[in-house]
Amino acid sequence: MDQRSPDPTRRLVLLTAAGLGLAPFAPPAAAAPAAMDEAIRTLVGAATVKRGRVKLELPPIVENGNTVPLTVTVDSPMSEADHVTGIHIFNEKNPQPYVAVFALGPRVGKAAISTRIRLADTQQVVAIARLNDGSFWSDSADVIVTLAACVEG
Amino acid sequence: MARVLINLPARAARGEIIEIKTLIAHPMETGHRLGPTGAAIPRDIINRFLCTYNGEEVFRAELFPAIAANPFITFFTVATESGEIVFSWTDDHGQTQTEVRPITVE
Repeated sequence: MDQRSPDPTRRLVLLTAAGLGLAPFAPPAAAAPAAMDEAIRTLVGAATVKRGRVKLELPPIVENGNTVPLTVTVDSPMSEADHVTGIHIFNEKNPQPYVAVFALGPRVGKAAISTRIRLADTQQVVAIARLNDGSFWSDSADVIVTLAACVEG
Repeated sequence: MARVLINLPARAARGEIIEIKTLIAHPMETGHRLGPTGAAIPRDIINRFLCTYNGEEVFRAELFPAIAANPFITFFTVATESGEIVFSWTDDHGQTQTEVRPITVE
């Protein structure tokens, strides 16, 4: 059957809608609740946060949200000309969006930190690195928490 | 004085990137937990950590209640010269604990 669309604008509308849906438009924290979004916005200002260069390592499932090992590594030569100045860690559902801020420079030699954090619920954690050229890079990780921090109190 | 564990090599080659691991005993009370009477236990956390190498700042961290009890932080630094690496932790009451570790660079 040779069926032509009766209204050419309908096809156009559908195509446009599909294109928008597929566009890599969403910033990394788009799905996050307002508090984390706002904290990230305060940090980066009008700059865009690019994905990549940062590697955030967290266990995908944790039994105890009271101590969750976290490692952030940033791909950077850490030279005077090109280095990471800060690593900011945010979470989605703890009472406060900030987890920690690490300030570093060329003296550290290698942009990598580890710590242990608390997670109050199954949620997304975001790490954002700020480079000396003013650009921001990010990575995120989803963590399933079976025993949340702060529940035993 | 809280108990502190610091792990770093005693000697290093010049220019070598060394890993430093630090841990300090501290409850990191979030302020969100309730005590036996139902009242919130006041917040008491270590909110700042600083590492200097022969007086020059190398690494600094700002901590929030989402950091687990007994804050454990690892980072790297370049062994530039022999001297002292100083670590300090500051809590909500403004009290600072300082630890010094020597390093020999060959």
